[in-house]
Amino acid sequence: MLYVVIAFLWTAILLYLLLGGADYGAGIIELFTSENNKAQTRKTLYRAIGPVWEANHMWLIITIVILFVGFPDIYSRMSINLHIPLTIMLLGIIARGTAFTFRHYDAVVDDMQHLYNKIFAYSSFVTPFFLGIIAGSAVSGKIDPSATDFLSAYIFSWLDWFSVAVGLFTVTICGFLAAIYLIGETDNEKEKKMFVSKALRLNIAAVVCGGLVFIAATLEGIPLLEWVFGNTIGLAAIIAATLSLIFLWYLLYKGKTGMIRLLAGFQVTMILFTTTFRHFPNIVILKNGGYLSLLEHRGHDKTIEALGWALLLGSIFILPALFYLIYSFQRKRIDLH
Amino acid sequence: MDNFIAARSQMALSLGFHIIFSCIGMVMPFFMAVSHFYWLRTNEVVYKNLTKAWSKGVAIFFATGAVSGTVLSFELGLLWPEFMKHAGPIFGMPFSLEGTAFFIEAIALGFFLYGWDRFNPWFHWFTGVVVGVSGLLSGILVVAANAWMNSPAGFDYVDGKYINIDPIKAMFNDAWFSQALHMCIAAFVATGFAVAGVHAVMILKGKNVHFHTKAFKIAALFATVAAVLQPLSGDVSAKDVAQRQPAKLAAMESHFYTEKSASLIIGGIPDVKNKEVNYAVKIPGMLSFLAHGDFTTEVKGLDQIPADEQPPVAITHFAFQIMVALGMIMLSIAVLYFIALWKKRDWLQRKWLLKLFAMATPMGFLAVEAGWTVTEVGRQPWIINGIMKTADAVTPMPGIQYSFYLYTAVYVSLAILVVFMLYRQIKMVDKLYDI
Repeated sequence: MLYVVIAFLWTAILLYLLLGGADYGAGIIELFTSENNKAQTRKTLYRAIGPVWEANHMWLIITIVILFVGFPDIYSRMSINLHIPLTIMLLGIIARGTAFTFRHYDAVVDDMQHLYNKIFAYSSFVTPFFLGIIAGSAVSGKIDPSATDFLSAYIFSWLDWFSVAVGLFTVTICGFLAAIYLIGETDNEKEKKMFVSKALRLNIAAVVCGGLVFIAATLEGIPLLEWVFGNTIGLAAIIAATLSLIFLWYLLYKGKTGMIRLLAGFQVTMILFTTTFRHFPNIVILKNGGYLSLLEHRGHDKTIEALGWALLLGSIFILPALFYLIYSFQRKRIDLH
Repeated sequence: MDNFIAARSQMALSLGFHIIFSCIGMVMPFFMAVSHFYWLRTNEVVYKNLTKAWSKGVAIFFATGAVSGTVLSFELGLLWPEFMKHAGPIFGMPFSLEGTAFFIEAIALGFFLYGWDRFNPWFHWFTGVVVGVSGLLSGILVVAANAWMNSPAGFDYVDGKYINIDPIKAMFNDAWFSQALHMCIAAFVATGFAVAGVHAVMILKGKNVHFHTKAFKIAALFATVAAVLQPLSGDVSAKDVAQRQPAKLAAMESHFYTEKSASLIIGGIPDVKNKEVNYAVKIPGMLSFLAHGDFTTEVKGLDQIPADEQPPVAITHFAFQIMVALGMIMLSIAVLYFIALWKKRDWLQRKWLLKLFAMATPMGFLAVEAGWTVTEVGRQPWIINGIMKTADAVTPMPGIQYSFYLYTAVYVSLAILVVFMLYRQIKMVDKLYDI
C-alpha cells in the first residue's frame, strides 16, 4: 500500500504541475501580452480555464494532505525551514484565486477590473516561481535541521542560485504549457498566431532557464549533471523529451492542436520523472548529507493503509467526474461570457 | 507580541475567516437547489434569476473559502509543526477523505456555474445538489478532525510516544458526532439568517420586492428550522463536554468550585482572582441538570483542575454566553415566524417581523465565531487534549508576529472586498435579475 500512496503523491504533483501549471501559465501569458490584445486574451483564457480552475488546484491539496498524513516528518521539516517561501506562495494563491473569481463575478464592471487584472497576472507569476523555489530547495541540500541562527535556518535554506533558477524554470514551463494549451482554444487566426509565437518564446526561455539551472547547480556544488545524465533511464527520458519537442514543433507547423498538448505534457512528465527518479525514495536532501525518505520517514503502517484506501476510493469518484467535466466543456465550447 | 501568541492569533484569524466562507459554501447550494427546483417545476422566471443571482454570490464565497482552506492545510504545519508531526498520521484520515469531498465539490461547482443551458436541466440541478452534499460532508470531516483534538482517540500515548495508531478509531472519536451536528446546524442558522436578513432589508427598502420576497422565504425557512433544532444539539454537546472536558465546561460557566446541585450562571462578569462571578443570574441545580440530566449531580469545578491546565476563564465564559444569547434571540424570531406562518398570516406583511430578521443578519455568524472560540480557547492550554500542550507545538521560527500582521492585512482587505462585491451584486439585482 505504501507504493500506492507514493504513486498517488507523484501523480498529484505531476497533475498539479500540468493542470495547475497551465493554469498559472495562462496568467503569465496575460502578464506578457501587449495592452491591445489583453482583452481578447482574457476572454479566451476565461473560456479555457473558467470551469476547471478550481479543480486544477485541488491537486495541491491532495499533495499536501498525502504529505502530512503519510509522511509527517517530511511535511513538518519543510514547514519549518521553508516557512517563508511557503507563506509567499500561499499569499500568491490567495491573491490569484480571489482576483480571478472577482474579476468575473463582480456585478459592476469598472476600474476595479484593473486592480483584479493586475493582481491576477502578477500573482500568476509569483506563485509558481516560489513553488519552483520550494521544489529546488528540497533537493539543494541547504536545509539544515540543526541550524540555530535565523539566516541559515530560515533564509539560506531556500535562497540560493539553484532554487531561484528552478523557480524561473518552473515559471517558463507553466507559461509554455499554457501557450500550447491555448492554441487549441481559440478559433481566431490572429490570436492563434500570437499564442504560437508565445509558445516559441517560452520554449526558448525554458531551455535557457533549464541551462541556468545546470549552471547554478554547478556554482552551488550540486551534482545535477550526474543526477540527470549519470544513469541510463534518466538519460533516456531526457532524450525522449528532446525528440518529442522536435516532433511537437513539426505537428504545430502542421496545425495539429490536440496532439501537441499531449506532447507538451509528455515533456513535462519526463522532466519531473528524471529529476525525481534518481533520488527516489529520498525527497528532501539535508545539509548534513542526510535525507528524508518516503520509505523511512513514513507514518505508521495502519495510517498508510487507510490513506491508500482513502485515495483509491476517492479516485473512483474524482477521476470519472473530472474527466467528464473537462470533456463536457471541451465539446460544448460556446462563448461563456 | 511574542511568537506563541502571534501563532495562536494567526491561526484564530485564519480559522475565523475561513469558517464564514465554508458555512456559506456548505449551505447556499441547498438554497439554490430549492430555488432551482421551483424554476424547473413552475417555470416562474424569478426563480431562475434568483438561482443565478445566488450562484454568483456563492462563486465569490466559494473561491475565497477554497483559497483560505488551502492556506489552512499549510498553516497547520507552518505554525504547529510539532503537532502535525505526531498528529498528522493519527487524525489525518478525515482530511484525506475531505480531500475527495472537496474535489468533488469543485468539480460539481464547475458543472453548476457553467452548465446553464448546456446540460439536461435536471442533471444541472443535480450537480448543484452535489455541491451542497459534498460541501456538507467536507465540513463534517474537518470538524471530526477538530473533535479529535478535543477527544483524542485511536492511539496509545506511552512514554511520550504515540503507538498502536488506528486512524479509523481516531476519526470516529467520542466528540465527532456532537461537534459535527452542532456545526452543521450552526452553518444553516448562520447562513440562513444572514441571507434572509439581507433580503429582508431590501424588501423593507421596497426594492424588487417580488424577487427578494421569494429569496427571503427560502432562506428564512432553513434558518428558522435550524434555529429551533440548534438548542437540542447544543444540549447533546453540553452533556458530551461535561463528560469529556470538564475543564472546558467549568470555564464556559465560570464554575469555580466543584459542587452538587450546581447553579447555571447566566451572563455576569467572572472575577478569576476571587473565584466568583458578579452580576450574574443564577438558577440553582440547573447546571447539574443540563450537564448530567439530574438536578443534584456533582459538577466538577475549576478547583479540581491543576492551575496550569485551566483554560482562560473570562474569554471562554463570555464567548459561551454570547453564543447562547444569540441562539436564544434567533430561536425567538424563529418561533414568531412559525406562529406567523401557521396562525397569523397577516404578520408576514408586517414590517416589524422583517425588521427583526434584518436586525438578526449578523447574529448567526457572530454565534458561530463565539462558539468556535469556546471550543478552541476552552481546550487550552492543550492542542491535543491532555496529551500535548499548544505551547510545545509551535514553530521554532521567530518573527511570526510579522506573518500575523501580513495575514491580518490580507484577510481584512479580502473581507472588505467581498462585502463590497456583495453590495454591488445586490445593487445590480434591479438590472440583472428582476425582469
